[in-house]
Amino acid sequence: MTGLMVNICLLALLVVIVVMVMRTHRLFAVVVLSGAYSLICAVIFVNLDAVDVAFTEAAVGAGISTVLFLAAMAVLPGTEKQPPRAHTLTSNLAGLVIVVIVGGVLMLAAFDLPAVGDPNAPAQVHVAPRYLVESDEVLHIPNVVTTVLASYRGFDTLGETIVVFTAGLGVFLLLCGATRTARRRMARPEQDQGSGPYEG
Amino acid sequence: MMNEVPLAVILAENWNYLVVITLMMSGLFIVISRFNLVKKLVGLSIFQTSVFLFYISVGKVAGGTAPIITGDPDTLYSNPLPHVLILTAIVVGVATTALGLALVLRIHAAFGSIEEDEVLAMKAEDGLPRVRRILEQQGDRLGDRQGQAVVEGEAEK
Repeated sequence: MTGLMVNICLLALLVVIVVMVMRTHRLFAVVVLSGAYSLICAVIFVNLDAVDVAFTEAAVGAGISTVLFLAAMAVLPGTEKQPPRAHTLTSNLAGLVIVVIVGGVLMLAAFDLPAVGDPNAPAQVHVAPRYLVESDEVLHIPNVVTTVLASYRGFDTLGETIVVFTAGLGVFLLLCGATRTARRRMARPEQDQGSGPYEG
Repeated sequence: MMNEVPLAVILAENWNYLVVITLMMSGLFIVISRFNLVKKLVGLSIFQTSVFLFYISVGKVAGGTAPIITGDPDTLYSNPLPHVLILTAIVVGVATTALGLALVLRIHAAFGSIEEDEVLAMKAEDGLPRVRRILEQQGDRLGDRQGQAVVEGEAEK
């Protein structure tokens, strides 16, 4: 019962944070709020028995993400500009229509889902019992999440590594284009005045 | 009958799903309606995290504990499979964020702005001074390289 109450309160807190993100125009505040959002998510994950996910969310979601955002903010302007009234009106209206329709349909569908915590829900009776019964005997690792991640679904993890590698390559190429131009500027300073990507 | 179950119980049973949908739609709203690209990325990560919450909620078993084998046969464990899927998704989410931020940095370098409407207005204008200059320089550089290759080829002869 306490777990349920904690769950309800923390989830409500997330909604409050998201509303603050929408209303804040200083981007540093937005970035820090999104870090807080990730940390509260991690607490909710602990409450829902997902300790490994909580660990990763706190380290990667709240840690590395926030650091990446702050590093980018060192170059980018720190406040959101207030766009012309006509622009905000149309985009808010378009967003609101889409969000209300999609959200309404999803809410209707949500009431047909099995209740949270139902031990007989289809998700609980399919393949998970096999992992829970088998993994300790066969693989001798008590943490089932580890065995599923590294053994039963090792190819998923391989795919994940490929995705991360590709993204890292993309970031490297995108940001190294800047160094190339910079190097060029150094080679021929008289011709390339004020053309570097990271100049004012 | 549906009516015999009190509304509060229905809400409590589905509270996670309702909040997840609210968060998801808020993230989507930020992505659609805000012009600032950094804020769009924050909205995207809110959207992503709401999906994580949904999966973890689905994997919860009432009265269960974390899926780490205790040796006691009576222990009830939560479903480990959604945990594994979301572990993967969190890391991929950060990769997406990093790539998005790198793109925003390049957009800022080319246009001097990270507001979508300003960037689009600049693209609509025929001028595009900074971008055109960068492209012309890259054309130059390609020319240089070919020229250099020709020089090197002649040196070998």
